[in-house]
This record gives sequence, C-alpha cells and structure tokens, in this order.
Amino acid sequence: MASEAERKKVALRRLGDATFSKVDKVSAELFSLTYGAVVTQLLKDYEDVAAANVQLEKMGYNMGVRMVDELLAKASLAQCASFSETAEVVAKVGFKMFLGVNVEVAAATSSEFRLLLSENPLAEFVELPEECSKLEYSGLLCGVLRGALEMVQMRVECSLLRDTLWGDEVTEIRVLLKERLVEEFVDDDE
Amino acid sequence: MLKLRRPPCFSQLCAAQRVVSQSAFAFLFSEMIQYSQTRVNTADELIAKLEDAGVGVGRRALELACWRERSSKRETRALWKSLFGAHADSLQKVQDSDDEFMIVEKEPLVNAFISSAPVNCAAFVAGGRTPSPPESGRLGRRLAAAQFPAEVSAHDNEEGATVLLIKFAPEVLEREKRQA
Repeated sequence: MASEAERKKVALRRLGDATFSKVDKVSAELFSLTYGAVVTQLLKDYEDVAAANVQLEKMGYNMGVRMVDELLAKASLAQCASFSETAEVVAKVGFKMFLGVNVEVAAATSSEFRLLLSENPLAEFVELPEECSKLEYSGLLCGVLRGALEMVQMRVECSLLRDTLWGDEVTEIRVLLKERLVEEFVDDDE
Repeated sequence: MLKLRRPPCFSQLCAAQRVVSQSAFAFLFSEMIQYSQTRVNTADELIAKLEDAGVGVGRRALELACWRERSSKRETRALWKSLFGAHADSLQKVQDSDDEFMIVEKEPLVNAFISSAPVNCAAFVAGGRTPSPPESGRLGRRLAAAQFPAEVSAHDNEEGATVLLIKFAPEVLEREKRQA
C-alpha cells in the first residue's frame, strides 16, 4: 500500500514537470518584482499591515478561482480520492505548473495538510522592514489555495505558519478542510 | 549594536535566472490592475498608478541586471531581454526630433490575455523604463551610469502594436554631445 502511494507521488511529480515544461514562461524576476510592487502599493494605500494582509489574501482568492480552471485544463488529472491526495496534487502539480517550484507535503490527514516551500518566487529579494514584521508577504498563496479549492467543492482555511521572511527555515502553509460543498443544481426554468 | 550579516537574499542575487509560468504572471498582473481600478477615478489616474508600480520594478531590474553582468557598462538591450524574454520588436528614432525614440512591441507580454481597454496596460512597462537608460546605447554607446532622465509613455499605433515613446530630458542630449 505504501508503495502504491509512492508510485502515485512519482507520477504526479512527473505530471507536474511535464505540464510546467509545456506552458509559456516569463522571468521569475519580473514576477517577483511585480509582486513586490503590488505589496508596496497595498502597504502605501492601507497604511496598516493587518489590512494589507487581508487584501493580499483576497487578491489571491480571486486568482485561485481562475487558476484552478487552467490547472484542470492543462494537466490531465484523475479525481482525487482523498484530501491527502488533493494535497499532493496541489503541491506537485499546481505549484510546479505555475511557479516551477517543488513543494513538499507534510502532516497530511483527511482534514488537514501542510505545504513546505523551500523556495518561493514571490518572496525573492525581499526583506521585511521592522515595522512590517507582521506582514504575511506570501499570504497571496493562502488566498490562491482557498479560491482554487473552493472551486472544486472544498471550503478550506489557509494560514501562513512559518515564512522564510520571518527568519524561518521554510515557508509553511497550513490548509484546513472546513467542509465539502455539495454541488447544487438549480433549474433555470422554474 | 550593529549586526553585520549577509542578507538572506544574497544567494538569490547570484542564482541563475529562473522562470515561472506566464499565466501566473498574467493572473497577478490582472489582479494588480483590478485592484488599481478600485483606487482611481479616471483612466489617467490608472495610467499614473501603473507607471508608479513600474518605476520600482524598473529600478530594481536594472540594479539586478548590472549586478549579474558585473560590468560597468549597462546594456539595456540585455535588460529588456532578461525581463521580457525577447528583444523588443523594433526601435525607431522619431523623425524631426533628436530626443525622441520609439520602442515598438507587437505583442507586449503584459497585454497578453487582456482585451481592448481604454487604458493601455503597457503603461506599467513605460513607468518601468523611466529610471533606466532606455536604449541609451544607441545614443552614444557610452553607458556609464543609468542617469538618463526621460519621459516614457505607452501608446497604441494604427496596426495595434504598442509603442513606447521615449523622450529624453534636454540635459541628457547635451551630455551626449559633450561626450561624442
């Protein structure tokens, strides 16, 4: 059984690599610098770190809602049997396909998993000044995950547990499954 | 006490160029524009906002490119390529004007996936070019420092291509003349 899971992981990793090699790419620096400009703008506009955190998450959500469509269109994925399998897909295919990074899954259970990012293109060239030490710079990713998973009927809560910008070894995101949404079909005729 | 330590991003400065998917960038950029739209009232303000954002990017990208190249020359063609992955489609000098140049780009990266809008989103690129020496190499191949104050603006031309119009400040031309 364990080897079965291993085999799946390898297959997903390959799928992620293959999908990433197919898509058009841009310089990671252009991406990080642009994101830096966005964050700076938010901090200037809101003048409050907590409010900027909220807005970053919201922007991520809007992105995630649409990113999941692209993921499903470009990578041929089978339906996930369990939440921990979803975790593997998010890490090995999702992150790989969009950001080109390898992400590890840790502590995956049926209602929770953690993603460990040792490299993070968003946070490149970034150091947080002291007055912004509470800034969740990569909070965008939490929003993306929330938006993307909601579109596939999973309401989750994401939080940034550790961040390399806070001096931690890795960036760690916790994803907590709150509920599985039931697809409701509404008859337009009535 | 003053602590001396190597900044954490030092290794990233030296790292080889990496890539992310274009759609990730497009999503981020579209979010940025949507957010900016909520903060402005007119199209002009939106252009200004995008330019502002671009200025920071341009300044840092130039810094980074120079660090990587480790040469005193600042090669802007290379900078354009390192940011946008390809050389600009063409560079033209505006007739009857010494201080104006145009960079023509048929399909600028930032406009990919964006349908016609009242504002050309390449304004972002325009802003980004301002503090860097836009194509100053053509002026004299004397790229000592990136001090080429210039106004850059983005326009659409008749064929639907995006044109970045660069107008150098008079002191740049004077200096170039002295150096020639």
